[in-house]
Formats: sequence, structure tokens, C-alpha cells
Amino acid sequence: MHWGLFFEQAPFGGVQYYQWLLRGFAVTVELSVCAWVVAFLAGSVFGIMRTLPHRAFRAAGGFYVAVFRNIPLIAQFFVWYLVVPELLPGSLGRDLKAMDPEIQFFILAVACLGLFTGGRICEQVRSGIQAQSRGQLSAGLALGLTLPQCYRHVIMPNAYRIIMPPMTSEILNMIKNSAVASTIGVIDLSAQANRLLEYSARPYESFIAITLAYVTLNFTVMFLMRLLERKIRVPGSTGGRHV
Amino acid sequence: MIYINKISKWYGHFQVLNNCSAGIKKGEVVVVCGPSGSGKSTLIKTVNGLEPVQAGEIIVDNTVVTDRRTDMAGLRARVGMVFQHFELFPHLSVMQNLVLPQRKVLKRSREEAEEKAMGLLQRVGMQEHAGRHPGQLSGGQQQRAAIARALCMDPVAMLFDEPTSALDPEMIKEVLTVMVTLAYEGMTMIVVTHEMGFARQVAHRILFMDEGRIVEDTPKDIFFKTPQTLRAVDFLSKIIH
Amino acid sequence: MFDLDPLLLLQTAPILLKGMLITLKITVAAVVLGMFSGTLLAVARVSPILPLRWLSALYVNCFRSIPLVMVLMWFYLIVPQMLARFFNLSPLTDIRLISAITAFTMFEAAYYAEIIRAGLGSIPRGQTQAALALGMTLPQALRLVLLPQAFRAMAPLLLTQGIILFQDTALVYILGLGDFFRTAVTIGKTNGYEPAMILFAGLIYFGICYAASRLVDSLKRALAEQKRAS
Repeated sequence: MHWGLFFEQAPFGGVQYYQWLLRGFAVTVELSVCAWVVAFLAGSVFGIMRTLPHRAFRAAGGFYVAVFRNIPLIAQFFVWYLVVPELLPGSLGRDLKAMDPEIQFFILAVACLGLFTGGRICEQVRSGIQAQSRGQLSAGLALGLTLPQCYRHVIMPNAYRIIMPPMTSEILNMIKNSAVASTIGVIDLSAQANRLLEYSARPYESFIAITLAYVTLNFTVMFLMRLLERKIRVPGSTGGRHV
Repeated sequence: MIYINKISKWYGHFQVLNNCSAGIKKGEVVVVCGPSGSGKSTLIKTVNGLEPVQAGEIIVDNTVVTDRRTDMAGLRARVGMVFQHFELFPHLSVMQNLVLPQRKVLKRSREEAEEKAMGLLQRVGMQEHAGRHPGQLSGGQQQRAAIARALCMDPVAMLFDEPTSALDPEMIKEVLTVMVTLAYEGMTMIVVTHEMGFARQVAHRILFMDEGRIVEDTPKDIFFKTPQTLRAVDFLSKIIH
Repeated sequence: MFDLDPLLLLQTAPILLKGMLITLKITVAAVVLGMFSGTLLAVARVSPILPLRWLSALYVNCFRSIPLVMVLMWFYLIVPQMLARFFNLSPLTDIRLISAITAFTMFEAAYYAEIIRAGLGSIPRGQTQAALALGMTLPQALRLVLLPQAFRAMAPLLLTQGIILFQDTALVYILGLGDFFRTAVTIGKTNGYEPAMILFAGLIYFGICYAASRLVDSLKRALAEQKRAS
């Protein structure tokens, strides 16, 4: 093993190898954070829709989940990369294609990974809402709260608490899935692994370093989520659900 | 104050309410009883529109509940409801449970809402527990807090849906005491309950339900002394030992 | 650019089917081998032998924190070099299918292990005690009493994991292995129909996975029904 490798000069860019690693790490983190925002919003909106009294809303939520959960992620990345820019209305498609490729790929990857993960979050949100007794909604309505107010102040705060543990694993899954973005040209951690291997010809060191970077990221998220879980825990309850 | 006029309701092919009519005057306390599955809970939930009906009309305080155009939230804010399983919001403290609807529905200021809440918590003997969460309270304490929450909205009438049937026996009394006080203060109340002691003490009238129909609507004394139907005789013999 | 020549689909159907065969080969092999090793891992995780528990936990947590893409690259780029040196394989031997199956098996084993462990955890403690009280050894109790119940309770999750695995096999694209997805993309590229072929491939995956998940749903309902009846 030759760990000094990372402080050797990389063949281009005037940087050392470890900076490739850091750059890849930063891209993976940025991609994950942005995609999570998309996933959380899409998952919440469609998850709520799946629990509404209106049939049309429920059908739309079900359609979203069915589409995004039943097509391989890599195929979805290819669709976003090759098909979506063509489908965007005129100027928007042109603007996207005129962008710096690095930014263009990143935006597409955020949309793809976000909506894909959103399909999973949607199911979690729905189960979090349905885990609460119907009486909670009745009680909110009986007090004169409107349906949106009930969701905002009563149903959702408890739903999110209930689904914290599965949400954590979905975030971890999403970080791992973000590596697939390298197939459409996002230079993330996993793509840097390939570059390192190619240029340094040091497979073990490169791969071990990248793998450790992913493990570190995972443990950081796990730690942060546990802190958050503790912070929002309701006194006198085990997981936010009353007995 | 509350007029229920020939209402019917079906779940699929099953008829839960069959042509029910009743009227409740201001300040009257009406106890609804009957065997389980007779439609009592459904009936009381139609009064504030939580359960829609397919036929008939309900008018509460000059508002037509069964009219599609009625502002349901506004109506429900004027009718308090207490549930079998309390339904306090578990993520909020007792105080926050009482403040939230006042602020969001009645648009009261925080200070005003808190003052009102504290006063009512005192009335139900819960002032010491204002800062605690529902999960930290006993069933009886939760139910008293839930009654206070409903009273915060200054309701013109109160609906109680089996308020003591989820409670351990030793906690039933503390909740009933609060309800008795409320009745003596002149609150208009519809109470679904099996607590015949409570009915004897404060009810003006008893509605006896069976298979979705109101089969008896009589003053309390007549109901307990000379029930009109065989079903009521049978029911009373089972419930009073 | 989205119109697809039906003739092209007809002409390339045999190649596409061949690709689907590879996809299915990887899926079936990884499900069978992964579930088998996953069971061993889960049993190790609940065994009374402490080092065994640690090793199993280490394995599972490691594989669950590494992206599948990285695992595939490990088993394609790094491990074969080791093996080639070890077994003196010619560098020309095509090890892609073997690498893919190995990678998916080892990766899925970790996920199956967690599902089966959860299944074992859902069985009341009384069952173990009852089996032991009847004179069974712990391995006997596991094999005859606990694992069958765990599998039954977790059947929907195990099958759902199989559907996820079926979708994930499309990642062998990065190894250049001609599975269904890669084949479809290649056909599209060479004939100038790439977007259309990708949508077509997506549609096929959707059809299969949607049908399969509906089946799992009905199984779930049947199991719930059974539980209520008993």
C-alpha cells in the first residue's frame, strides 16, 4: 500500500490526488442535499394526496409511485439525460442544453434522483399518516380547523415523527443511489474512483479511500438523524404515536 | 337549538341511521344510549358534520349542517366535541393543545388564548399539567384536558362520544364530575354514554337507539321507571346490575 | 426522434430476449444465493457466539453503506485482478457475468440478512422457549420452528427485495455486460433511436415490476387475512 499517493501531483488541473477525492465528495454531498429537498417535497405532496378524500388526488399519487418505483434508476437517469431535454418547451430546453455540461448534468441528476427517492418517501409519508387514528383528524375538524390546517398542525407533525427511522434509511439509500449519476457524466465520488484508478494505477488505495468516504458520509448522516430524532421526540412517547 | 329531522345514512348497503329525528333545546342535557352498533356514535357525529348524511336535515344554532354551502369549520368551532379516545394532539403540550385551535380558528392572540386556556384548565383541575404532553398523562387527565380544549372555543353546545368508556374505572369519576358541573351550569349537551348514574343525575331526556332508529325519546324519569319498548327493558336489565 | 420503427423491434427481438435472459440469470442467481447467505448471516447475527455476531454485523453494515455501483466496480475491476493472479487466469477470460453475480449476491446477502433478522425478531420469545422445552437443540429450533415462521412473515418483503434487485441488475451497464438494458441502449445507439429505445426498455421494466408488485400486494393481503382468521 502506498498512501502517499494522495499527495502526489495529479496529471492535470494542477492539484494533488486528494483534491480529486474532496471534489468528488463535495459533488456527492451537494447532489444528495439537493435531491433530498426534491424528494422530501415530492414525497410529501404525493404522499398527502394518497390520503385525501378525493379519488383523483389519490389516483395521481398512486400513479407517481407506480412510475418512479418500477423503472430501474439507471434507466430513469438515461431518460432524464436523453429524453427530458427534448421534451421541455422550446426556450427551456435550449437554455438547459446551452448550459455548462457539468451544471446541466447536475440539474438533471438532482431531478432524477429526487423524484426517484420521492416515490419511496411518498409511501413512507402515506404510512405515517395512516398510522394515526382517524380520530385525530376528526378531533381537528371538530375544533373547527380546516382540512389543510389539520394536516399542517396535527397530522403531518406526527407523521414525520413516526417515519423518522425509515426516512433515515431512505436518505442513506439515496446517497448510495447518487453514485448512479456518474453514468450520465456527473463527476461524483464514484466517478472519481474510476479516474483515480485510471491515472494513478493504484487500484487498492483508490478504491479503499472512496469506499471509506462513502462509509463516513453514511455514519455522519446516521449520527445527525439520531440527534434530530432525539430533539423532536415528544415527552412521554416512544416514537411520537400516542397510545 | 339542535334539530335533527328525518336523517338517514348508509354505509354501502348497510343502513346505520334510519329516519332519525330529535330536537334539543338550549340548556338541555340529552343522553343517547343503546346497544353497541345501534348508531349512537354515528348520530352524534352527524350533528357537527363529521359524518355526512344521505337524507334529512340537521340545523344547529340556525345553521343548516346538511347544506353543502355551509362553512363547516365555522360551525364546528361553535360545537364542542369530546371523543372516546381523547384525541389530544400527541406532539403538543396540554397548553399548546388548547391554544392551537383558538389561534388558528378564532384568530385569538397568544396572550388571550393562553389566559383562556389557563382558566379552563383550572376549572377541570389540570392547571398543574399545562406544560406536559398527552403521553405523560393518565387517561382521566387526558380526557379532562380534552374537555377543556373543547370549552376553549366557547361552544354553544357540547357533544360527548362515549367520553368514559376508554377509561379505567377509577378515572371515570373525575371525568364525570367535570361533566356534571358543566350540565348544572346550563350547557347544552348531547352525551353518548353507558353511565346510567350520570344520566339519572343530570339528563333531562334519554334517546334510546336500536338498529339505527331512535326507538325511545322520553324524559329521564319515565325511561328509568317505565321504559316503553322491550328492547329498552332488555338493555336496562343488562346494564344496571 | 421518438418514433420507433416496429420493424427494428422485430428484427432485434432475439438480441433483446438474449439480454433479458442475462438479466434474469443474474436476478435468479443473486436471489437464490443471496437469500441463502443472508439466512446464514441472520442466524449468525442471533447466535449465542459473540464473534460470529460481530462478524455478521460488520459484514451487513459494510455492504449496506457502500453504493451498489462501487460494489460492482470492486468486483469487476479489483477482485478479478487478485483472482487472476491467484488462479493464473488468462486476462482474456470474460469474467463479467461471474463478477456481476458475485457482486449482487454479496450485496443482496446483506439486505436479505436484515429482512430475515427482522422476521426472526418478530416471533414471540415463547416460540423459542417452547421449542427448547420440547428438547430441540437451538439449530433444530431455528430450522424447524423459527426460520419457517420468519420466512412466512417476511415473504412480501423478501419478494419486494427481489423486484428491487431485478431493477438494480440494470446497473451491470457500467460493466459493459449485455443485459436487457445495455442491449436496448446499444440497439438504440447504432440505429439512431436511442431515446425511443430507452423509453421502450423503461416500459418493459415497468410492466414486469408493476405486475410483480401487484402480486406481492395480493400476497400481503392474503397473509393478513390468514392472520386475522387464525
